[in-house]
Amino acid sequence: MKLEIRQLVLPLEQFAIELDVDLDNARTAIFGPSGSGKTSLLEIIAGLRRPQTAEIRLDGQLFESTAQSYSLPIRSRRIGYVPQDDSLFPHFSVRRNLLYGSKGHANDRVLSFDHITEFLEIGSLLHRDVRSLSRGENQRVAVGRALLSAPRLLLLDEPLTGLDAKLKQTILSKLQSLHGEFGTPILYVTHDPAEAIQICDEVVMIESGRIIRRGDPRKLLA
Amino acid sequence: MLLAPGEWQIVRFTLAACALSTVLILPVGLAIAWPLARHRWPGKLLVETLVTLPLVLPPVATGLLLLKFFGRRGPLGNFLHQQLGIDIVFTWRAVVVAAAVMSFPLLVRSARVGFQSVNQRLEQIARTLGASNARVFFTVTLPLASRGIVAGIVLAFARAVGEFGATILVAGNIPRKTTTLSLEIFESVQLGHDATAYRLLLLCIVIAFGAVWLSEVLMKRSQLR
Repeated sequence: MKLEIRQLVLPLEQFAIELDVDLDNARTAIFGPSGSGKTSLLEIIAGLRRPQTAEIRLDGQLFESTAQSYSLPIRSRRIGYVPQDDSLFPHFSVRRNLLYGSKGHANDRVLSFDHITEFLEIGSLLHRDVRSLSRGENQRVAVGRALLSAPRLLLLDEPLTGLDAKLKQTILSKLQSLHGEFGTPILYVTHDPAEAIQICDEVVMIESGRIIRRGDPRKLLA
Repeated sequence: MLLAPGEWQIVRFTLAACALSTVLILPVGLAIAWPLARHRWPGKLLVETLVTLPLVLPPVATGLLLLKFFGRRGPLGNFLHQQLGIDIVFTWRAVVVAAAVMSFPLLVRSARVGFQSVNQRLEQIARTLGASNARVFFTVTLPLASRGIVAGIVLAFARAVGEFGATILVAGNIPRKTTTLSLEIFESVQLGHDATAYRLLLLCIVIAFGAVWLSEVLMKRSQLR
């Protein structure tokens, strides 16, 4: 995975995001205090938000170029996005949510429905009403739904917020082995050093929209 | 409650005409409500005002406008008569047209609230999952806005059943042809047929009460989302 972000500028209320960075580690954390521009960065990558200027490429494919007035449509980017807030479709069952973006990988055992639901331990939830799910169940289904769309990159925006410590640990261990299991690169936004250390091989530290440091999370955050 | 055969015909005709009018305005109403709920565009205020106009204009004034417009010498009436051989004014079609125009604002306003209540984040998520704009609209936007839309349909239908002022001008009150519930009540009172008037009145109350009540329930649920 190679994500190239060139001359990204997006003015926010308090400051402007200004980034120029190459991300090529398959498990990267974007770490910083709340309100430092982490979520906006994910939204720009997914195409949900337009930067003022930027040139963004994923594995060589142009996603965004303000110079060329080009923006690849969201649906063509194949980015799995799991936002912080509840994102499941409330009018569908868990199963229909999971299958919404599924391309039907009959021959792909790794990204098969059964493998993903088993890995995330959501098989027993399939017929449940989404509104009856707990926060932890909700987030696991959201991750499963994103995986089933066979994304080239998975964006996780503080998926463990609002969970108790025990549940957090259970899901953390899932996320830790997620890349190994499915081969999907992860960009993981968090403000919790422990999460970044456990899940990621590299951390990019952001403050007020700028990168202040990057490197091994075990060295920078421990 | 027993009605005379002639009265049953009136009830059936009224309900059929109002159902047809509601079905006809539904796609147009949604096509206008959606951009009103979502986007800013030049002329939006003008469209909003025009759509609301039948709600605030005296119904008789709207009826007169329709009469001029759809009459044989009117711009659209002339075209329809010359090209297609269709007459609107003083036929059952005029009943449908009057009902459609008068109930249109209620449908649009309610559907607009429905569209506004949809969490746009969910539409974005659907796109990240590879859904086209059409698929997002039909599988996410429309179902999530459905309570507001259904409430609008119910209200529009009820308003159509109660329509009087515009109908009497553009459709007249021709027995077995354009007579609706409201027109028949008026006629019965005029002629001193009180029993008929009260029977039909009761029927109107039942229809209107049921429709508004249903619409309120659906609206509340829509807001709770």
